Amino acid sequence: MYTQALNAKDAADGGAEDADRMARFQARIDAEERIEPNDWMPEAYRRTLVRQISQHAHSEIVGMLPEGNWVTRAPSLRRKAALIAKVQDEGGHGLYLYSAAETLGVAREELVDQLLSGKAKYSSIFNYPTLSWADIGAIGWLVDGAAIMNQIPLCRCSYGPYARAMIKVCKEESFHQRQGFEIMNTLAKGSPAQKAMAQDALNRWWWPSVMMFGPPDSASQHSDTSMRWKIKRFTNDELRQQFIDATVPQAHYMGLEIPDPALKHDAESGHWTIGEIDWTEFKAVIAGNGPCNRQRLRQRREAHESGAWVREAALAHAEKRRRRAAAAVTAAAAE
Amino acid sequence: MTHDPRFLFALRLADDALILGHRLSEWIGVAPQLEEELALANIALDLIGQARMLYAHAGEIEGKGRDEDALAYLRDVPDWQNVLLVEQPNGDFARTIVRQLIYSAFMAPLWRGLKASADPTIAAVAAKAEKEVAYHVRHAGEWLIRLGDGTDESHARAAEAVEELWPYGGELFEVDEAGRTLIAAGIAMDPESVRAEWNTTMDMVLAQATLARPADGWHQSGGRKGRHSEHLGHLLADMQFLQRAYPGATW
Repeated sequence: MYTQALNAKDAADGGAEDADRMARFQARIDAEERIEPNDWMPEAYRRTLVRQISQHAHSEIVGMLPEGNWVTRAPSLRRKAALIAKVQDEGGHGLYLYSAAETLGVAREELVDQLLSGKAKYSSIFNYPTLSWADIGAIGWLVDGAAIMNQIPLCRCSYGPYARAMIKVCKEESFHQRQGFEIMNTLAKGSPAQKAMAQDALNRWWWPSVMMFGPPDSASQHSDTSMRWKIKRFTNDELRQQFIDATVPQAHYMGLEIPDPALKHDAESGHWTIGEIDWTEFKAVIAGNGPCNRQRLRQRREAHESGAWVREAALAHAEKRRRRAAAAVTAAAAE
Repeated sequence: MTHDPRFLFALRLADDALILGHRLSEWIGVAPQLEEELALANIALDLIGQARMLYAHAGEIEGKGRDEDALAYLRDVPDWQNVLLVEQPNGDFARTIVRQLIYSAFMAPLWRGLKASADPTIAAVAAKAEKEVAYHVRHAGEWLIRLGDGTDESHARAAEAVEELWPYGGELFEVDEAGRTLIAAGIAMDPESVRAEWNTTMDMVLAQATLARPADGWHQSGGRKGRHSEHLGHLLADMQFLQRAYPGATW
């Protein structure tokens, strides 16, 4: 879903790479050709993609937790089935994305270890809690809505496997976004208690969603290389503005209020402008000091550790079968 | 309280499917591996889908305006008719798999037979459910074989799960007066008619899993009469919370 890694800078910039190959590589990218797993690529390009794709995968996996928190309490059978299916889609996105990362020569186990050890990041939006059913609507509407803004351009990412994975992911995300909007709209048009639930969820999820696009362009010098390599095609502020312009009228349509007293419509540019973003909160959550950072990682670790005996059993059984099959072949040959 | 036997029949099938689907959905976020998390969610979705069709049908038979959500969210423990097996907690992964196999190995031949039900809605649900449950049997069976014939630890856990849950299998085969009426009318199937296939499936899987089959005999009972284990009340408290806290709201 979430591509916070777009804002991270790679340490080395591949300066030592062969200049000719670099030039040919850049020419292919400029010509909008896709780079495939067996093609030559600068090490920094590979590392950037591994980091971005794996963080994206981790975000899908951790993102299953806040929504999973409401699966058993979904208020109708239709909502329950839709939420299970949505969380399942996210797990599926995690799987494609880990596979896309594996095409760059890194094993899924290694990536999962990086997540569980706390070394790898995931989208910090999932470090906020889901306190009411309306949060399930808000996540679909706002968080998936923001994710789509980030991800649609990724369908044209220069790295082929990532771009192709994104096409399928985007289709499902846009379905999730509509589903989230529909949950919010139902609540907003429901009883006063339901409408209050929807407004409270919007109040809590609005600013974290706006922050999902990362630091303002003025403070972020990191995307130049990613832009040149066509891993990233729009700046943080461009994408953020697209999201705000799409979302504010939807909130108004539902009769909900965006929690920003400074919000105003600029008739000249046609854009909605927002007030100051509290970047200290964003930095704190990224640094590990959000409401649920420790809880989310603990749950992933506990699931991994308590499932170890199951994974070991599957491997041990596969090995027994292999040995039996080999013994049967040997016995048949001896007869 | 007397109900139309056809209502009870659809309700019982629905309650089994929903409660088990709900239990499986509790694995989201805590499954032993990602692929299995998706598989358990898939099975949960199949079962919840079956339950929805069956509740809609039960509500129509009853004719009191109760829809799927009224039946799922507004009944308390004594009105639930599911077998005790499906409400048993997930426990470790071995328990979940054994519970699934006992149920699915029973339902696979039952749904196959119910495709010929004199009730066309039941027959239509059966046609869909048969394919789904055949996959559930394969999935649970393959896992039980891996666990039983895996490591010492997985074998011990699988053996314990089989011992623990075996006494809950017998209730699936119970028939009461309502059931007998429907069997005679060609709407329901006599569960005895699927016992041989259930035995064959269980024996085959247990043998490959190097697990002993516990003795039959005494079994746990009561769910079909609304006498449940302590676990169901907690499950319903969780599942029904929003509908109970905000009566009459539309979601």
